[in-house]
Amino acid sequence: MAISDIKEYTHLTPEDVEELGRELDAIRADIEESRGERDARYIRRAIQLQRGLAAAGRITLFGSKNKVAWTVGTGLLALAKIIENMELGHNITHGQWDWMNDPEIHSTEWEWDTTSPTVHWKKSHNFIHHKYTNIVGLDDDIGYGIMRLTRDQRWERWMIGNPVYNFLLGTLFEWGVAAHGLETTKFRKGEKSKGEVLKDLKIIGKKVGKQVGKDYIVFPALTGRAWKHTLGANAVANLIRNYWSYMVIFCGHFPDGAEKFTQEEYETETPAEWYLRQMLGSANFNAGPLMAFMSGNLCYQIEHHLFPDLPSNRYAEIGERVRALCEKYDLPYTTGPLLRQYSQSFWTIAKLALPNRFLKGTADDAPETHSELKFRIRDGVRETFGVDPATGKRRGLRTAMRELQMA
Amino acid sequence: MALKLRDFTRWSEAPAKHVETASTPKINILRGLAARATTPLLPDDYLKLLNPLWSARELRGEILDVRKETEDSATVTIKPGWGFSGDYQPGQYVGIGLRIDGRWHWRSYSLTSIPRRDKKLISITVKATPEGFLSTHLVNGVKSGTIVRLAAPKGDFALPDPPPPKLLLVTAGSGITPVMAMLRSLKQRGQQPDVVHIHSAPSTQDVIFHDELRQLGEDGGDYRLHLQLTDDMGHLDFEAELDGLVADWKDRPTWACGPPAMLDTIEQVWKDAGVSEDHLHMERFVIARTDKGGEGGTVTFALSDKTVEVDGATSLLEAGEQVGIQMPFGCRMGICQTCVLPLESGHIRDFRNGTEHGEGDRIQTCISAASGDCTLNI
Repeated sequence: MAISDIKEYTHLTPEDVEELGRELDAIRADIEESRGERDARYIRRAIQLQRGLAAAGRITLFGSKNKVAWTVGTGLLALAKIIENMELGHNITHGQWDWMNDPEIHSTEWEWDTTSPTVHWKKSHNFIHHKYTNIVGLDDDIGYGIMRLTRDQRWERWMIGNPVYNFLLGTLFEWGVAAHGLETTKFRKGEKSKGEVLKDLKIIGKKVGKQVGKDYIVFPALTGRAWKHTLGANAVANLIRNYWSYMVIFCGHFPDGAEKFTQEEYETETPAEWYLRQMLGSANFNAGPLMAFMSGNLCYQIEHHLFPDLPSNRYAEIGERVRALCEKYDLPYTTGPLLRQYSQSFWTIAKLALPNRFLKGTADDAPETHSELKFRIRDGVRETFGVDPATGKRRGLRTAMRELQMA
Repeated sequence: MALKLRDFTRWSEAPAKHVETASTPKINILRGLAARATTPLLPDDYLKLLNPLWSARELRGEILDVRKETEDSATVTIKPGWGFSGDYQPGQYVGIGLRIDGRWHWRSYSLTSIPRRDKKLISITVKATPEGFLSTHLVNGVKSGTIVRLAAPKGDFALPDPPPPKLLLVTAGSGITPVMAMLRSLKQRGQQPDVVHIHSAPSTQDVIFHDELRQLGEDGGDYRLHLQLTDDMGHLDFEAELDGLVADWKDRPTWACGPPAMLDTIEQVWKDAGVSEDHLHMERFVIARTDKGGEGGTVTFALSDKTVEVDGATSLLEAGEQVGIQMPFGCRMGICQTCVLPLESGHIRDFRNGTEHGEGDRIQTCISAASGDCTLNI
């Protein structure tokens, strides 16, 4: 049934949680105060690099009849699209760079290079997903209305196609994100009228027209007799970007250890508990500087969810402090190699095609979702937790999980 | 056929229709067509990588030269980039955005250049004030070659063309700057109205454009300058001394610019003398800034033409909703950026960290309270 009492689940007292909240606020304040020219230069250079790559890719593809030019051009273009969507579009739209007061690098002005209109994305992602992160029934990103991602969601017959939908979503990711803006789950529940959906569809249509026009009409036409090759190259570049963004996003909330929550939990939530839910609901993956950049620093998904509007180039340093806090409060910090994180996500998707009666774990104790009941079931475990007066060391959630695993 | 051509033109420039153009509107047809290949960006966004002035998405300029006028003032000469129109009026001001430690800071300064002249360059003259972060930076710290942002010139404080036959100019300190643009333009156009100019400054060394003003007096035109050097002479007592300086001041359309106290006095004296209001033109540089911070105030919603009085605990988002404005909103907790609006004037304070924002900043209304009177553009 997912987590309803986050304090009980994390083995923390209300005072502990408030203290943790204050420590996270302090991280935010430190970063906000130290933002300056160094950070501004980072984003300006990222933009220059991205535009340089895009221009180089497009120009190279004028020779797309040549195999080498085709490959190089496609690669450059795919790189440019990935950087634009991840490090630039996603992060700038989050307001990470609004502090610069630069109208050209601002959440209100940026339109990203994908079929989803930024105005929809701000609602479905910045607002709904980041506010209601991993609350079953409130956060549409748990399965996007087309998949079952946790056994807290009731099984329906169409979900048998879970792995197929997953494959299609990865392939058509850009289109999936655009369609997500229609909020079809709300429409199905009757919370959104047909008129409103049509209005949104029109906004999407306009953006799609521009995007499709550029990649599949204008540039092929400009390259003249090589038009077929250019068209193919653009399609492949879009496809590479689709798979990569899909993979990064899926590794953010669906690997084992990224917890799910009930609406009951949300109703009584304090700001400090909101932080805690973000920490438990997100997962990182290991990345060096290059991978971090290509993922838009979303390899630091936990940090991003704690501070969605702090500049992405600072997530690595924030991560060190968040890890230290996890250590202090004995909380899990979910991370691992990209492929392991992804295969965990994939395995969850595959399994959940089946109804719960075929599954081993319960909604209180399964790889993709836990609840405080998991600890209550086994009598007495909880009594041994808290700060050990003798050693001063805290025994909390992480220790409890380890002990249960060994038991 | 003609109609079809017009349709085609309109379609072509559609993606660029909001871009300001200095030269010919036709350039936006070209820009719009090219934008079909650069969408969601404009071609300018790529071209500015080659030359920072080759973009009209936002007006920009390059600082060519910073020349000291007095100990604490300097004239900054700027070469505007694409899209900046030189078609302003003498007396108007221009918004200047300067990047300091990664942030863009905006202030307005009177143009001291002559419209459509000066090789299309513009200039502003800035006096460094102790509390003026940006002015100090402009006078002492800006290198030539620096790229600045510009906002199109505006302001009602301008001299009509042709000018009235007799006029009075009253200035103090850096209040000379818009009036200097007027005087230079008159000279440039060869117009010689009867001008009386009263200017106050602490001492001769502090008079910006001192030599040029003297020269104007010697040129033999109908220009008379009275310098009020306040270190020795004290402040001008308008009520008692004005009649002696300019006997016919009530008949002269007047342009006045200087510190708020002086302008308040002038306003009162002119009113008491029963001079018609449209005879007196004033430019106030200083917007009263509260040092209280987040104490509330009157919020004006410029486009909706509504105002509301709020306390320091009410967010601007709630303030707008109170008076029935469809404010954009999302998370209402400061994370989604849906509610961001430009702050037209005044100051606001961010609840969460106490940061104060001023004119020209874009602010999140859901986590901001008024710091004195402010205006939002919605």
